[in-house]
Amino acid sequence: MIEMPVLRWGKPYESLEKQEVVHFETGEVLANVHQANGGMLKMDKRHSQRARDVLRQFSIDQLIEMMAKAGELYLNGTLPLGNGTQSPADFCKMQSATTGLPEHMVAFNMKKNHFVLSNMRQILDALTRGLPLDILTRGYGKEARGVMLSYQAHSPALGMVLPSNSPGVHTLWLPVIPLQIGLVLKPGPQEPWTPYRMAEAFFAAGVPREAISIYPGGGEVGAAVIETCDRTMIFGGIPTVERYHGNPRVQVHGPGFSKILLGDDEVDNWEQHLDLMADSIYLNSGRGCINCSGIWASRHTAEIADALGKRLGPIGPLPMKDPKASLAPFTVKGQAEAISNDIDEACKQPGVTEVTAKYRNGPRLIAQERCDYMRPTVVHCTSPEPTIAKAEYMFPFSTVVECPQDKMLSTIGQTLVCSAITKDPKWSQQLLDANNIDRLNIGALKTIQLNWLQPHEGNIIDFLFRNRAFQNEAPPAH
Amino acid sequence: MTATNVDLTAKIKQAKETLDARVREIVEWHFNPETGCPFWLEKAKTLGFDPRQDVKCFEDMKKFPEFQDEWLRGGPIQRWIPRGLAGKPVYVFETGGTTGIPKSRMQIDDWKTDYEQFSATLPDDKFPKGSNWLMLGPSGPRRLRLAVEHLAQTRGGISFCVDLDPRWVVKLIKRGNMKEMEAYRDHVIDQAISILSAGHDIKCMFTTPKLLEALAMKLFEQGSSIKKSGITGIFSGGTEFTPQWYRFAMDELLRDPDDPSSGPVFMTPTYGNTLMGLACGKPFDPADNYKITYFAPQPRAVIEVVEFNDYNKLVGYGQTGRVKLTTLTKETFIPGFMERDEGERELPFDKYPWDGISGTRPFHEFAKTTTVGVY
Repeated sequence: MIEMPVLRWGKPYESLEKQEVVHFETGEVLANVHQANGGMLKMDKRHSQRARDVLRQFSIDQLIEMMAKAGELYLNGTLPLGNGTQSPADFCKMQSATTGLPEHMVAFNMKKNHFVLSNMRQILDALTRGLPLDILTRGYGKEARGVMLSYQAHSPALGMVLPSNSPGVHTLWLPVIPLQIGLVLKPGPQEPWTPYRMAEAFFAAGVPREAISIYPGGGEVGAAVIETCDRTMIFGGIPTVERYHGNPRVQVHGPGFSKILLGDDEVDNWEQHLDLMADSIYLNSGRGCINCSGIWASRHTAEIADALGKRLGPIGPLPMKDPKASLAPFTVKGQAEAISNDIDEACKQPGVTEVTAKYRNGPRLIAQERCDYMRPTVVHCTSPEPTIAKAEYMFPFSTVVECPQDKMLSTIGQTLVCSAITKDPKWSQQLLDANNIDRLNIGALKTIQLNWLQPHEGNIIDFLFRNRAFQNEAPPAH
Repeated sequence: MTATNVDLTAKIKQAKETLDARVREIVEWHFNPETGCPFWLEKAKTLGFDPRQDVKCFEDMKKFPEFQDEWLRGGPIQRWIPRGLAGKPVYVFETGGTTGIPKSRMQIDDWKTDYEQFSATLPDDKFPKGSNWLMLGPSGPRRLRLAVEHLAQTRGGISFCVDLDPRWVVKLIKRGNMKEMEAYRDHVIDQAISILSAGHDIKCMFTTPKLLEALAMKLFEQGSSIKKSGITGIFSGGTEFTPQWYRFAMDELLRDPDDPSSGPVFMTPTYGNTLMGLACGKPFDPADNYKITYFAPQPRAVIEVVEFNDYNKLVGYGQTGRVKLTTLTKETFIPGFMERDEGERELPFDKYPWDGISGTRPFHEFAKTTTVGVY
């Protein structure tokens, strides 16, 4: 049996409390994950500055090189995993078995992480807007144009309270180590694999062990991460987002409510964009915050919904090993049923119609012994009024909402990724000015097509560093 | 069979006989119109059996219906005072009560008796007689506040305490106001640090796992430690006192960081509540690998580990079940109260020749909705 110990600034710690990680279909125990307790983080916080200090023994350039090497090891190497080892194939099998993500999607996510690690220099260059990176190390320095700049780290380590159900989120913390900031990771209970494998890849590439802690555990450990780290990223639903709203120490990644808006100038060409819409809804099993959950247009909405229903409705579950598998199951008992009931209830409202039902040849909810599947669901809304018009669920689900273009921006609500298909310059300017949109795509772009050189839900540089004044000589007379 | 086994078997038999006799005595007391309390005398009319005639041993306690904790909410509290104890000064202790009406238990001397008996289990070299105590736990209408003071007095010491309202802490947590909760916790710890630094020669302490962590961290920040503060003995408890936490505390929180090899401050686990009293932990044995096993103060109170779907059926030894408490004192009769915890049934042993329980933790059906504060 694989034993995965707590990692306390790189040192393995065997806990008396262990949690079994089990295969969602067979119940087979894949590993024992040792559980931390909250007090442990408070004890270890005393050494968090050491994490930054050991990383600053290397230049950011050197750490970027290590990231590229780590990326190769993560993608292709057989790496230590607790008391055993893990090949890339093992990793795919294990992550699929505990998260429900089909193996080919796990492999795709591995490539995504590898890409980020291999292109770290360009990513940091983009995120820092070309800042000479030694300024982050030293704390101050002059740009090429002669302006003095100072960046101060808010925290010597970044806390990450990670989810179980979205292995795609790990790209968010990959730039942290090359920025010479330590990592305090609390893995999701069903997804310990990426943090452990990535940490081992980092160590093998030369990153000092004292820079990374991994604390598996329950809610108490998550709370301790937030309490002990001066900067933490967490993932959760709307209540979590609301709880930490306005707290500068915590960056919450919640539901995305990502959308595609079809402008009046393009909506008549909707058929040309059908692939774009379908892929945005269902790729990566619709689980991501960047997956589309709402398509908004002023006309043709019933036809768009019907075409999407025809495309997505027949998709059903396939074995996890099948390269065509596109649905990930719900492994928490009762969750899928509750969502399905919610949708059924919402469809009773006037102007709300589920269009996938007639193309599905069976129920939306497929209950199995240890997991449940939700088949793709497209709902047509004749107006933005029904609550479901702005709903988001963790499976391929989208509404198609009829709404006049001039009402869209004030009605769509908070939107992580907005793909606006339009060439209308006036509306484009209004889209650019809309504060409720985070990532804006103008043009025929899938919501899931991310450019890694762009910031995601806030620039991590701004989250980790404070750009402040620094002088070591008198300013020019004035 | 070895001599040791024979000896233990005899002790178990003797303990059972003592418990059965206790049941007869207490049932007679509470259901006798001369001595019983209004609540049980009234309840007897609906039981369908005569407890004084039909309950002769602990096994017969199953005849009583499951005790409803709702019966303890609201008044008048006088309905719980046995007529045989009328006129004695009465204390009332509360449990719960973050929202709504708390559960109340009236007591006269039980709380003193429980802690006097507990005192006898404490090692004198770690809890020196005559030394002063710090009660770093809940104040207000909790029994623990007075009980620890009485414990200190029983051992010839004086107890210092802090202001701590656990209901406010639970409210803050439920609201998600963690910053305020942390500020309140710091306020409590500041009080403790003030007392410890005031020259009162405090050597003994009661506290909760979370407050112990907070106190240790604050002292570390100040370049001190619980060990350096002069404390030599601590008792703590609750479902957060897990084997892992016990080891973590002994290895890290309770040592002097400048001299870790000098060993930790002594700490013993306890498990209890206002209704039952105080269950003692089996003395620490490295061979147990920090497993914590509690034994009720029989025959005054009994812990049973029962099946989740049949509260009258004990689980096998080593098996998991829900905690069922029975209180058998002249002040209080509580037959079969289903506690909000679960754990594993443990074998009797020489010091406590009756069933014990290990691995206590919140009952899994309630765990998701239980808010654990600092107490």
